[in-house]
Amino acid sequence: MITANPILAINRLCKDFPGVKALDNVDFFLRKGEIHALMGENGAGKSVLVKVLTGVYKRDKGKIYFEGKPFYVHSPKEAQECGISTVYQEINLVPNLSVAENIYLNRQPQIRGFIDWKATNKKAEKVLERLDLKLDVKQPLGSFSIAIQQMVAIGRALDLDAKVLILDEPTSSLNVKEVQQLFTIMRKLKSLGHSIIFITHFIDQVYEISDRITVLRNGMLVGEFLTDSIDRVELIAKLMGKKLAEFSSEQAEIEQGDENKQGIPFLEVQGLGKKGLIEPFDLRMYKREVLGLAGLLGSGRTEIANLIFGIDRADKGQILLNGKSVNISNPHDSLKFGFGLCPEDRKSEGIIEDLSIRENIILSLQVKKGCFKYIKRKIQEKLVSKYIDMLKIKTPDMEQAIKNLSGGNQQKVIVARWLASNPGLLIMDEPTRGIDVGAKAEIQKLILELSQKGMAILFISSELEEVIRCSQKVVVVRDKAKIAELTGTQINEHTIMNKIAVV
Amino acid sequence: MKKKNYSSLLWPLITLAAILVFNLIFTKGFFNIEIKNGHLFGSIIDIIKRAVPVMIIAIGMTMVIATKGIDISVGSIIAISGAIAAIIILNTGLSLFFVIFLSLAVAFLFGAFNGLLISYIGIQPVVATLILMVAGRGVAQLITNGYVLYIDHKAFEYLGIGFFLGIPFSIIITLIVYIITYAVTRTTAIGLLIQAVGGNPRASYYTGINVKSIKFFVYAFSGLCAGISGLIISSDIKGADPSFAGLWVELDAILAVVIGGTPFTGGKYYLFGSIIGSLIIQSLTTTILTRGVPVQYTLVVKAIVVFIVIIFQSAEFRQKVLRGLKRKIQ
Amino acid sequence: MKLLFKRINRKKIPLYANFIIFVLIYALGAIFYRKFLSLRVFVNLLTDNSFLGITAVGMTLVIISGGIDLSVGSMMVFTTMLIALFTEMLHLPPIVVLPAVVLIGVLFGSLMGGLIHFFNAPPFIVTLSGMFLARGLGFVISLDSIPIKHKFYYNASQFGIQLTEKIRMPIIAIIFIAVVIIGIILSHYTKFGRNTYAIGGNEQSAVLMGLPVGRIKIMIYAFSGMCSALAGIVYVLYTLSGYGLAYMGLELDSVASVVIGGTLLTGGVGYVEGTLVGVLIQGLIYNFITFQGNLNVWWAKIVIGLLLLFFILMQRTFSTRTAAN
Repeated sequence: MITANPILAINRLCKDFPGVKALDNVDFFLRKGEIHALMGENGAGKSVLVKVLTGVYKRDKGKIYFEGKPFYVHSPKEAQECGISTVYQEINLVPNLSVAENIYLNRQPQIRGFIDWKATNKKAEKVLERLDLKLDVKQPLGSFSIAIQQMVAIGRALDLDAKVLILDEPTSSLNVKEVQQLFTIMRKLKSLGHSIIFITHFIDQVYEISDRITVLRNGMLVGEFLTDSIDRVELIAKLMGKKLAEFSSEQAEIEQGDENKQGIPFLEVQGLGKKGLIEPFDLRMYKREVLGLAGLLGSGRTEIANLIFGIDRADKGQILLNGKSVNISNPHDSLKFGFGLCPEDRKSEGIIEDLSIRENIILSLQVKKGCFKYIKRKIQEKLVSKYIDMLKIKTPDMEQAIKNLSGGNQQKVIVARWLASNPGLLIMDEPTRGIDVGAKAEIQKLILELSQKGMAILFISSELEEVIRCSQKVVVVRDKAKIAELTGTQINEHTIMNKIAVV
Repeated sequence: MKKKNYSSLLWPLITLAAILVFNLIFTKGFFNIEIKNGHLFGSIIDIIKRAVPVMIIAIGMTMVIATKGIDISVGSIIAISGAIAAIIILNTGLSLFFVIFLSLAVAFLFGAFNGLLISYIGIQPVVATLILMVAGRGVAQLITNGYVLYIDHKAFEYLGIGFFLGIPFSIIITLIVYIITYAVTRTTAIGLLIQAVGGNPRASYYTGINVKSIKFFVYAFSGLCAGISGLIISSDIKGADPSFAGLWVELDAILAVVIGGTPFTGGKYYLFGSIIGSLIIQSLTTTILTRGVPVQYTLVVKAIVVFIVIIFQSAEFRQKVLRGLKRKIQ
Repeated sequence: MKLLFKRINRKKIPLYANFIIFVLIYALGAIFYRKFLSLRVFVNLLTDNSFLGITAVGMTLVIISGGIDLSVGSMMVFTTMLIALFTEMLHLPPIVVLPAVVLIGVLFGSLMGGLIHFFNAPPFIVTLSGMFLARGLGFVISLDSIPIKHKFYYNASQFGIQLTEKIRMPIIAIIFIAVVIIGIILSHYTKFGRNTYAIGGNEQSAVLMGLPVGRIKIMIYAFSGMCSALAGIVYVLYTLSGYGLAYMGLELDSVASVVIGGTLLTGGVGYVEGTLVGVLIQGLIYNFITFQGNLNVWWAKIVIGLLLLFFILMQRTFSTRTAAN
């Protein structure tokens, strides 16, 4: 795999976080003048790799060579000075200062100790000219579009003599035209001999611009491929991973039958959508049914979940519950209607760190009952120990602060929170993300059990295997829109991946 | 849970005990309690009585800080509620009930105004309450027309200087406020929801909690507490002083809450800790006074105490120093 | 027209509003009272508000960086007490005293900045305790007002620039204007100033861009401490005494001046020149009320509170609108 003279070579890099192997012997090679796509789903280790490379995190093991010499930096600043610059998705510039200042902050040309504004502005214009960009550099950065801001960030990196440029999800918030603008600049940089690491989850864009692709999955290297020699379906298969040997016998038990899918659906979504977030979509969900949402990261999976649950407010369409239109404008409403949502970002949207396991579990039920009808301590304890047993939450006792649990157990607590509120519909957004294999299998099993008990479940996962195994119906999303609905025998890897891959 | 509660009260209790032991040794007659005319007197009683205004405000402030907020307008609200009471007593013949009811209602409304700015308009708590802190004293002076008003009203005086079963009535009021607050927050889920909102507002919203109304409620409640405190203060001094009533008290209240173990970062609160905190501040002040040191030294001492608390509460300090210590021990 | 509106930087709207309000109040004053427009009234406006203004310049930089400094008033008063102590009790010459008190101001500010940076403590709480500490230390020196009889201070206070035959710009107004000019230069023409804006705009970005954020933060609070010390010197020249109970609540007037001056409380945007106008607006409101005669001074507090509310709400609307765009 090792090619001659890579400008950047990463060998067997390891990084552990408590409970997770974020990087496990990852190799990565970047050649001079190439655009190299770095891909992977949530938790694959892309951003950890970048952060270790640029000195945000300390590596545990492994070697990095930059221009043939061992490379070890302690901060992004040091990496910048050595010639490796990163442009992040959330622009890491300052919106309130002018374009010119953003390029030259703390490096402004000076006359007798005072900033020479004329020279600063002129130099900034020149840098941007190299990118064929003409701007009024005196305007505040925040008054320009995200695309322009990104290009300014690239300009800053160029002026810092970046040999390697890392673009972290640069296209996520750009429109088609802006993406083309960015690509023009990337090609130009390539022709000037700069090397680019392009982190993205857009398959089309990878094929359009990159020379090579490296795929990571769960902290491990899946492989490095020449873009021309791997086809879309194969790439998607690599991204989604296919092996989960520990748990595969359950599939047979799912009833694929349609006998309970007659009449009025439990939940019907008609043309629900929000501009800029997700195109209007329809969904029909029945009780005792698991509906899977398949799609790549950033395809609109989470947006669908958040819109139904009222985290974001839809500007189009309506939701029918048992045939009746309901008005949901915030999570409080959806809780009252018997919905539940295990959110994608467990840490910031799910757990309340300082509260105990017991308190975290009863929270939703308590809110549903109203805050004056405090659940009696004994009933709380009974309920909580029931769920601790049922979900096999590993903890010495229920009064432990939830922050002391492992990721998988925290996830189970969040699931327990919603189960306790006895929802008719449970939305699970990546419930198995970042947890170990055993816990994953348990959660999948639980999903099946719950649906058999009569719950409707909307299941979102990056693991295609999981979606296929658990769902009776699969909705495929791509580019912020629903593109297909699959049932019965259509639910297989081949079909789903083709749906995602087709341009 | 119970074990944990005790351990967080441990430091405040030890501090309080240390101050008391110091006095036991160095101050003569510190623990003497006399009964004169059937009323209790003595240094200890005096400390508790003097701590009353801060204790009541600290109860409201505890709730505010638990939601990651702050309320620096309480001093001004004290001045306003005192002024309202004075003006009603002096100009109308309304009964004491109405005097109290109206003053507290106004205090509550001012608190609600803070809550409105913070929860529904989204202004940072420091800034929102700063507005009332600046303008509130002006409002109080407007009500009294700029004068210090003297109140001669026996029933009203009872609030601040009366005795009930030998115990100063203001202490009884504090006890009632404490018990009601404790009962309301712990026998309903309000306490839990306040902690959830302070701990992680975003996750709380995802859980279905009405984050805005919880925040609104705590500021309104803090206003109400300041109102009660204001009535006791003006009853105690038999008058309403729009410029100086409750001056600096917000600082004492914040200090009391933080010494009591409630973190600035919200998410947890210790109501009893705040009471202990208030008592620590007052006994410290009294001790300094009885040692013959000018009262103003207390400011320096308080400041140093807060600096120490800030350092001990910071995650950076715990990580670097405490972990280092643990390693050494191991 | 729309294009024109777009051209105007939305974030500057509070700044423009502040100029307009200043002109309006002045015009109103001029209509009602003839003397309002006189040069003497204007010079007095600068003089009477000089110490408030000097602290507000430091406060402006602190707020631009996204922080707040509630210790400015106490620090100013502490400085007056220090000068009194050094001069009247220790009999030190001004050449030693003045640099010493400025240095103490800088150290005091750095200490708070250090606590804020190293322990990640909220600026509000740290500077609140700084406020206690400085007031308390002032009281420790003396509870009473100490007259400062050293000739230097009297002579200095009499110094001024003759503007017309009768009107003189006294030294304290000159110091005030000098500090404002230094503040403007610092904020617009130095790396330190621009880095301050960057930290207020997005601290995380500032770190990623490689700015020495910790050092800058400490310098910002040190600068504010220095301004407070200078304000203390000016206050001594104004009253020729040191008094620990002087000017309670200065910190709030100072914050109000900065906000009315168009600086965003969320940090990142602000103007020292706006703060100057903010200080003068407050001064005008007091003037107005004194000229009026019937109104009481507490109206000033209420009007300032309402202005503060008005400006904060205005900031809020414009910042959310820009975010929505």
